[in-house]
Amino acid sequence: MMSWLPENISVEGIEIDRLFYVSYYLTAVTFILVAAAMLVFIVKYRHRPGVRAKYTHGNSTLEILWTVIPAVILLVFVLVSQNSWARLKFNPPAKPDVHVEVTGKQFNWIVRYPGPDGKFGTPDDKVLDNQLNVPVNKQVLITLKGEDVIHSFFIPQARMKQDVVPGRAIPLWFTLTKTGKFEIPCAELCGFGHSGMKGEVVVHSPENYQAWLQKTWAPPQPAPQP
Amino acid sequence: MSDSTAAAAHHDHHAGGFWTTYVFSTDHKMIARQFLWLGLLMMVLGGIMALMFRWQLAWPETPVWGFGWVSQDSNSMPTGIITPNFYNMLVTMHATIMVFMVVMPILVGCFGNFLIPLMIGARDMAFPVLNMLSFWAAVLGGAIMMAGFQVEGGHAASGWTGYAPLSTVEKYTGVGWGQNLWALSLFVLSLSSLMGAVNYITTVINMRTAGMTWFRMPLAVWSLFITAILSLLALPVLGSAVALMFFDRVFGTTFFNPAQGGEPLLWQHLFWYFGHPEVYILILPGMGIASDLLSVFSRKPIFGYRAMVYSMCSIAFLSWLVWGHHMFQSGMSPYLGSAFMMTTLVIAIPSAIKTFNWLGTLWGGSIRFTVPMMHALSFVILFVIGGLSGIFMASNVVDIYIHDTYFIVAHFHYVIFGGSMFAIFGGVHYWFPKMFNKHMDDALGRVHFWLTFIFFNLAFFPMHIIGVGGHMRRIYNPMQYDFLKDIQPVNVLITLGALGLGLGQIPFVFNFLGSIFRWNARWFRALAQAAAALACGLVAYRVVLVAAVGLMPKAPAGGGARTVAGLIALAVIAWVFRYLAKNMGEMGRAAAQNPWDASTLEWVAPTPAPHGNFGPALPIVQRGPYEYSVPDESADWAPQTKPLSAQAAAASH
Repeated sequence: MMSWLPENISVEGIEIDRLFYVSYYLTAVTFILVAAAMLVFIVKYRHRPGVRAKYTHGNSTLEILWTVIPAVILLVFVLVSQNSWARLKFNPPAKPDVHVEVTGKQFNWIVRYPGPDGKFGTPDDKVLDNQLNVPVNKQVLITLKGEDVIHSFFIPQARMKQDVVPGRAIPLWFTLTKTGKFEIPCAELCGFGHSGMKGEVVVHSPENYQAWLQKTWAPPQPAPQP
Repeated sequence: MSDSTAAAAHHDHHAGGFWTTYVFSTDHKMIARQFLWLGLLMMVLGGIMALMFRWQLAWPETPVWGFGWVSQDSNSMPTGIITPNFYNMLVTMHATIMVFMVVMPILVGCFGNFLIPLMIGARDMAFPVLNMLSFWAAVLGGAIMMAGFQVEGGHAASGWTGYAPLSTVEKYTGVGWGQNLWALSLFVLSLSSLMGAVNYITTVINMRTAGMTWFRMPLAVWSLFITAILSLLALPVLGSAVALMFFDRVFGTTFFNPAQGGEPLLWQHLFWYFGHPEVYILILPGMGIASDLLSVFSRKPIFGYRAMVYSMCSIAFLSWLVWGHHMFQSGMSPYLGSAFMMTTLVIAIPSAIKTFNWLGTLWGGSIRFTVPMMHALSFVILFVIGGLSGIFMASNVVDIYIHDTYFIVAHFHYVIFGGSMFAIFGGVHYWFPKMFNKHMDDALGRVHFWLTFIFFNLAFFPMHIIGVGGHMRRIYNPMQYDFLKDIQPVNVLITLGALGLGLGQIPFVFNFLGSIFRWNARWFRALAQAAAALACGLVAYRVVLVAAVGLMPKAPAGGGARTVAGLIALAVIAWVFRYLAKNMGEMGRAAAQNPWDASTLEWVAPTPAPHGNFGPALPIVQRGPYEYSVPDESADWAPQTKPLSAQAAAASH
């Protein structure tokens, strides 16, 4: 099953994949045990003339055992998962390397860059449709906003997904570890154009990122639009 | 009113003509049959819709074979090609119909109505007229839902979850009265379920016959009783939520619209606060039915009866505390995500207990592989897969990635089709003799079972794989995404599986109708045999090809593989045809009073069960529901009305 996972390209994805593997092995082993037991039982205890079924109503020891064992396994699983969840979700970075704002709007991702001054809502902001440019191996913080309906910002290779809710600003942060271009599909049904609503994240090497910055903000900022 | 006068009153009703017997009947058995017909009819519609959008996913934007006539409207499917809006409507209505018009009417409406009075030894429901109203409210709700297909702008297209503000603001989807009628129909259906729930709860509490203590009730009754409590508490939440949606859309309120200060997440909280108990409304009766079948056909008492009851009670209680796991990525506070993950994994424990107890029931049994039993066994193993795949979503971290992908689609189909639908098929075969006084055909039943089991897995198991590949649910055309292009062959495989699953239901239709109406004409039997054999041939063809080229073929199967598959398919067709010709009995063979040698009270009632169910005196219960193979009794079963020997009674505690 794991071979079907797309290649992971984020630091956070390592953590998510690790728990995916844990869930996978846990459930696969359980399934094999249950299926094997069931198979053995239906073969071994199939009806044979003259053989009567055992008259039993249960076994307290067994029942306590198979309540406690899953409970303990699940408890461990909860604790492991909770740690990761807290690391991934609780504390948005105060000083990210890059901060951009992405707004979901039927059927585009509108990406707003703060420009050299690092502040949104100033004249040097740049807005690009469906194009997220980030440097490799740097922490990126995205503030997700919605303009109409709920969308969901999804980078499959980065294992990152976050719903975009109109009326809220939701932080999402990650560090991408591989240069290249990756798709950003919308993962929440958002209308007739939902399918095909996708952007692109371009992960630049440090040099390319500098070049992109210079190209984009090279001519001194134009006058504010009326 | 004493029981005997109640019975007399009912007999008076029965003297009424066609209308009071078949249409506005207050007999719980007739109402159960009405719910069954309603659910099965709607299943055809919901199934065809699924096949239509599966076609689109496998072969995007090509005309659906045989569907050119549906509409030339450029907004729906001109020349048979499904448009994006129409696609969204199909997925929305497939789910809405299957949940509210198929699984609920059959599992809760049909089995709840049929089994509760018969199994607890009552003459009818506590409120027979309310019971009738409950059915006709369901018909009204269904009619409103069907009307939605006719209005301009099409039917609801915002998913069966109807997330606001997509569902509440007309301009976002272009859907007008379709969504309004969707909300109205769910409102009416929730009233119908409420009427049923009140009735079931009252009946179980007040109308158990003498000796039918709580812990002598069959698990099917327990499951339906607990389901009724869940319905009573959950459906009002849905009713209120869709009412608010209706107000937002029609009267201009802004409960859910953020542009005017509303809160979109409020809808999700309301919907899932209803929605998660609803999931258990859909599966608990299946668990109850499967428990009964497993015990009867293992000829063994159910393993850990009390643990089964307590685990159902705890599932019901915990189901109110887990709704947030649908909302891990919704923008809800991540601290809540931690809490909901905890509660969600706690609810896995009672499910695990139930599974182990089912295995314990099989252990040491004397298993009869009847058609109902095959369905019950499938229920267990498919529910295990569906339960285990739930662990992935329950982990809020893993959910970040697989939320809203096909992994979740695979998960809930394993639970609702693999679980609930298999329980339904098993239950229909098992109680058909008491319901219609006739047997369904065994050979056709076996063919239907194997077709459904194989094609179900062929259709739904690969969905785990594309889900892990990141395939989002509800997308119209996977070929629009570079990262999905490589896994498109799996989509084709899934669609072929789904088409086979659809074809696989043909033997069931022949069996169900043929048995009820005793159609034994030679042409009808030949047609049934040919259709079933052909469907089996298709399975063989598919399975061989998949074995030859793998789940995700780089290239279509070559001529050699096709020839081999074709030959094997022909052999299978010939074999199945011969098997059916040899083994198909008389359609609608008359049923004995207790054809399965089962202990529970419905088999104490005469066949056909009259109005009032039992003879002049109600049965008096002396033992538990699953006392099979009692050592000091010569037969391996006895009705619940027979006293246990002191020795056996001691052993059963």
